[in-house]
Amino acid sequence: MSRMIPVPSNAIVPERDAGKLPILEARHLGIEFGGLKAVDDFNLTVGRTEIAGLIGPNGAGKTTVFNLLTKVYQPTHGTTLLDGKDTHSMTTAQLSRAGVARTFQNIRLFANMSVEDNVKVGLHNRIEYNMWDGILRLPKFWKSERQMREETMELLSIFDMQDLAEYKAGSLPYGAQRRLEIVRALATGPKLLLLDEPAAGMNPHETAELMENIRKIRDTFQIAIMLIEHDMSLVMNVCEGIAVLNYGRIIAKGTPEEIQSNPIVIEAYLGKSKEEDNA
Amino acid sequence: MEFLFNLINGISLGSIYAIIALGYTMVYGIAKMLNFAHGDVIMVGGYISFCAIFYLELPPFIAVVLAMIVCTVLGIIIEGLAYKPLRDATSLAVLITAIGVSYFLQNSAQLIWGSASKSYISILQAEPIRLFEGQLTIKAEAVLTIIVCVIIMIALTLFVNKTKIGKAMRAVSEDKGAAQLMGINVNRTISTTFAIGSALAAVAGVLLCSSYPTLMPTTGSMPGIKAFTAAVFGGIGSIPGAMLGGILLGIIEIFAKVYVSMELSNAIVFAVLIIVLLFKPTGLLGKKISEKV
Repeated sequence: MSRMIPVPSNAIVPERDAGKLPILEARHLGIEFGGLKAVDDFNLTVGRTEIAGLIGPNGAGKTTVFNLLTKVYQPTHGTTLLDGKDTHSMTTAQLSRAGVARTFQNIRLFANMSVEDNVKVGLHNRIEYNMWDGILRLPKFWKSERQMREETMELLSIFDMQDLAEYKAGSLPYGAQRRLEIVRALATGPKLLLLDEPAAGMNPHETAELMENIRKIRDTFQIAIMLIEHDMSLVMNVCEGIAVLNYGRIIAKGTPEEIQSNPIVIEAYLGKSKEEDNA
Repeated sequence: MEFLFNLINGISLGSIYAIIALGYTMVYGIAKMLNFAHGDVIMVGGYISFCAIFYLELPPFIAVVLAMIVCTVLGIIIEGLAYKPLRDATSLAVLITAIGVSYFLQNSAQLIWGSASKSYISILQAEPIRLFEGQLTIKAEAVLTIIVCVIIMIALTLFVNKTKIGKAMRAVSEDKGAAQLMGINVNRTISTTFAIGSALAAVAGVLLCSSYPTLMPTTGSMPGIKAFTAAVFGGIGSIPGAMLGGILLGIIEIFAKVYVSMELSNAIVFAVLIIVLLFKPTGLLGKKISEKV
């Protein structure tokens, strides 16, 4: 059963992804909370290896968009296609297995579990788990445990965190917790990685490093990354396509250059200038 | 010698509490609910094993396995029919439902097996163990209970820390939302937790009835409440806490019975709980709860 929704026009997919099936296509996505349209008519296409940015003033609905894309909220309007498949009837867990991973604005690691176990939780659920596999097939179990540990260490090495594997996640310094959250999300084997303010609370040096790592992750894993961020230097440097959200609606889409010179965007961030008011 | 005798009896009784408390604490940790019907699952386990031994004349070991299977299925059914539809309801609604399920199980048992108490035949037909030239006599059941409890503790600790499902359980108990985003099926994890808790309840039922051989539809109530107390005592949600709380509670109860007063023993048990909670509101091994503002 296909839900007939016209494909919205869209053009911020980078050239190398053009012509390929986009990883994400949001069509007229919207949610109302008791009459308040938190997100309205959200249309966006993200290319298979694109780094996309979602920006906007505080309260614009950016995190709500992430919650819709991961089915933490069920949209009241529209739908999203993941890799061409309608996600309308999927649950959060199913979407995760289908390839959407995310991090949180306020870090939500499993604080009392070790760094290694945090990553392993992500690895485990790539496949449907079966209790009897673990209990009965002992040699196979140990072999897969060894593989899992190797894979965990490999993922941790992206951020040079192998030495922290035994520590409790909650005991890590703030920056390391943010990085671990990205590693944990990567462990689920995503096709689309959603980062909610990855640079929040980081110093300029850490932010520069993060920028490098976001590109590195995209290049190594060949996945799409979509990020919400307030640090404009990061967004403008690392993103190839940017969508600007204000009062729950997309007010502009384009390349970083286009966004920077777009008068509507400047107005949304800074307000109208006096001359314009008088005019 | 008398002290040692009482201590072993206390640890044995405490082991039973600990096994039951594990069910309370695991379910609380993962589903954030108090399953007050848990005590009655013990009673069902007792009756099933009783019937298997007495009527079907099955060997005790098979009877225990049968009781575990029946209770596991029962636990999954209870969770699926009574608690799952209330996943987003207020905790009070879930609590009342759990009390309802508890009465339902007690009355069903009364309907099936009658209200007269049955005298349970111990699954262990062994001579008491005599030590120190007969100065110390320990019932074989007490030793078996302690051994079983130790095995369960080790197995459960390994299960929770080393296996996939164990990690999923810990992840769900820490942050349901984040766990879902990691691809964990929360509903299935909760039902697995009920299954494990109920299987343990069946074991506890058999051990309880073997040591204290009267079986009635209300047999599970008091041990259920004591085990719940033990879980809170040790820090609800914490598995090592349930083990520690259970065993300490058993020892306190026996010592109170022997050295203070038979009649006051329960009052003393609960008084100790109140005192501990006054000084350590999260229980002995409970986690600190820091509310985010």
